[in-house]
Amino acid sequence: MTSVTSVAAPVLAAAPLLKLRGVRKSYVTGDIETPVLKGIDLEIGRGEFVAIMGQSGSGKSTLMNILGCLDTPTSGEYSLDGHEVATLRDDDLARVRNRTIGFVFQGFNLLKRMPLIDNVALPLLYAGLDRAQSRTRAQVRLEQTGLGPYAFRLPNQISGGQQQRVAISRALVNDPPLILADEPTGNLDTQTSVEILNLFTELNRSQGITLLVVTHEPDVARHANRLVRLKDGLVTYDGPVEDAHL
Amino acid sequence: MNFTQIALEAFRAMGMNKLRTSLTMLGIIIGVGAVVMMLAIGESVRTDINQRIASMGSNLFIIFPGSQTSSGGVRVGRGGMQNLTEGDAQALQRLENVDYVAPVIQRGFQVQSGFSNWNTMVYGVTPEFFSIKAWDTSSGSLFGEMEIRSISRVAVIGQSVATNLFGDFDPVGQTIRIQNRPFEVIGVLADKGSDLGGSDQDDSIYIPMSTARQQVIRQWFPGSVNYIMVQAQSARTMADVKYDLTQTMRVRHRIREDQEDDFTVRDLSAIAEAAAGIATGLTLLLGAIGSISLLVGGIGIMNIMLVSVTERTREIGIRMALGARRSDVLFQFLTEAIVICVCGGAAGVALAYLGTVAISKFSPLQVGMSAFGIVLAFGFSAAIGIFFGFYPAKRASSLKPVDALRYE
Ligand SMILES: Nc1ncnc2c1ncn2[C@@H]1O[C@H](COP(=O)(O)OP(=O)(O)O)[C@@H](O)[C@H]1O
Ligand SMILES: [Mg+2]
Repeated sequence: MTSVTSVAAPVLAAAPLLKLRGVRKSYVTGDIETPVLKGIDLEIGRGEFVAIMGQSGSGKSTLMNILGCLDTPTSGEYSLDGHEVATLRDDDLARVRNRTIGFVFQGFNLLKRMPLIDNVALPLLYAGLDRAQSRTRAQVRLEQTGLGPYAFRLPNQISGGQQQRVAISRALVNDPPLILADEPTGNLDTQTSVEILNLFTELNRSQGITLLVVTHEPDVARHANRLVRLKDGLVTYDGPVEDAHL
Repeated sequence: MNFTQIALEAFRAMGMNKLRTSLTMLGIIIGVGAVVMMLAIGESVRTDINQRIASMGSNLFIIFPGSQTSSGGVRVGRGGMQNLTEGDAQALQRLENVDYVAPVIQRGFQVQSGFSNWNTMVYGVTPEFFSIKAWDTSSGSLFGEMEIRSISRVAVIGQSVATNLFGDFDPVGQTIRIQNRPFEVIGVLADKGSDLGGSDQDDSIYIPMSTARQQVIRQWFPGSVNYIMVQAQSARTMADVKYDLTQTMRVRHRIREDQEDDFTVRDLSAIAEAAAGIATGLTLLLGAIGSISLLVGGIGIMNIMLVSVTERTREIGIRMALGARRSDVLFQFLTEAIVICVCGGAAGVALAYLGTVAISKFSPLQVGMSAFGIVLAFGFSAAIGIFFGFYPAKRASSLKPVDALRYE
C-alpha cells in the first residue's frame, strides 16, 4: 500500500479516481434492519468537482463516510485510486485517510484545546513528519489562506468562516488528490459561504483537486461541474449541473 | 507517528486538562508513597528486631531463681530469693550439648569518672558471657580468664556509659570508680540498642565475676548469682539441653518428685522466633495496606482514563479521520496513563522520602528507604499505568472512525 498517493501514471489517469458498484448500507438497530443506501453505482474521475444533493435523510452523509473510508458498506464494491477498499487493512485505511483524502466537515471538527497551527499540522504528524517540520508546513498553509497571524490562537478565538478555512488548510496539508466536504457551508452565513466556495473552485481549477461537496443549497451546487442527486438511498440524477433544474 | 511524538501528544493532552491530570496523579502519589513508606518502616522494624535478637545470643536459656506460676509469671520466693549458685553453673557446664554457661550477678551503682558520675547497672560476668552474647568491643578489648583469676579491677563499658562518663573522649585506659574502688576501663562495647524488653543494653558496665563478688556486689549467700545463661550447641539440641539442665538443677536443689521447681528456665529462642515472626507479619501488613492504596489509585486512573476516552471520543474520531492508526490512538492513551503513573510514582517516592526523614527524626526508629522498595514502587506504578490504562486505551482505539465522529 504505497502507491495510493503516488502521482498517477498517464495510463491510470483515464481510470476513475473512485468507483462504486452496487454499494448498499443498512443500519441495524435492535432487530430492525434499515436500508439507507440501496445500490449506488458511481464513477468519479480525477479533477472533477461534484455536488451531491438530496433531502435530509437521503443517505448523503452515509455515502460520504463510505467514500472517506470512515465506514464500510454492507455490500458492494468500492475502489479508490485503483485499490479495492474492502481488501485494505486498518493501517492501510488510516494511510488512505491521511494521504489520499482530505475531510471538511459541517461542524469544522477542529480540536478545541489545540492551537490552529497544531490542528493543521496533525495530518503531517500522522504522516511521520517531526513536530518542527510539520509546524513549518502548517504555518505555510495557514498563510496561504490568510490565517498566518492567528496560528497560535485556539479555534474558539476565531470566527466560524475562519475555522472552516483552518479545517480546509488541514484537509489540504498533505496534498491529497481528493477532498470530501459534507455540508461545508451549513454553519456559515451567505457571504462566508461564497468565500469558501470560491476557495474550493480555485483549488479545483488551478490544482486539479477532485472535490465532492454535499449540500442542499442550489447556490452552492452551481459552483460544481457535475451533480449527483440522491433520493431514498438511490441515485436519481447524475449529470452536468447546467442540465439539472436547480 | 514515532514514539517521541506520541509521548509529546500525550503530554499535550495532559496539559490540556491540568486539574484532571493532577487529581489522577494524586491517587498514584499517595499509593506509591504509602507502599514505599510502609515497606521502609516494616523493613527497618525487622532489621531492628533482628539486630536485637542477634545481640541477645542464640540457642539460649536463662535460668532465674523462683518458680514459674501457672499463669507464666515468675513467683520470686522469700526476700528476692537467691538460690542459684556458681556451683550450679559449674554443674551445668558439664552437661552434654552445652557450649557455654555464664552465671551473672548484677546491681545498680553510681559510678564516677574524672568528669562526671552516672547511675548504671554493674554486672559481674565471666568471659563466657561475651561468647554467648557474641559481643565485641568498638575500642579496647574484653577481659578473659586471666583477669578473673587475678581478680583484676578492669571494666568493659557500654556505649551509653562511655558517652555519659567521658563525652567524646576515648575511655580506654581511663579510670572509673565503682563503690569508691578504681577500675581501669579496658574496652568499650559496640553499640547494641535496647534489648527486646526495651532496656538499654549499652547502659551497663561489665567487670570480672571474681572482682565483683569480692569487692563490689556483696551477696546474701556466698556464691549465689542472679541468673545463669546456658547456651546449647545448636537449635536441634535445645530440647535435650532443657530436660538435662532441669533434672540437674532439681537434683542439686534436692527437690522431691512432688515438689515444684524452685527456678525458672526461659527459652530465649522462642521469644526471638516470635519477635521475628511479628516483624515479618508487620512488614506484610504494612505492605498490604500500602498496596491497597496503590490499587485504589490505579482504579482511579482507570476511571479517569475511561471518562477521558468517552469525553474525547470525538477527538479520537477526528484524529482517525486525519490518519491516526489504531496503534497511534492506543499508544497515545497508554502513554498518558503511564506518564501519569510514573510522574505520580516519582512524586510518591519523594513524599515517602520526606516521610522517612520525618519518622527518623521524631521517633526512635531509623527508617531508610531501600533501593528495592523504590524500584518495586516504580515498577508497580508503571505496571498499574499499563494495566489500568490498557482497557480504556484499547476501547478508544477499537472505535470505528464514523462512530467516534458521530459521538456528541
Ligand atoms: N449510525 C446510524 N444508525 C442508525 N441509523 C442511521 C445511522 N446513521 C444514519 N442513520 C440513518 O440513515 C439515514 C441517512 O442518514 P444520513 O446519511 O446522515 O442522511 P443525510 O446526510 O442525507 O441527511 C437517516 O434516516 C438516518 O437516521
Ligand atoms: Mg448529513
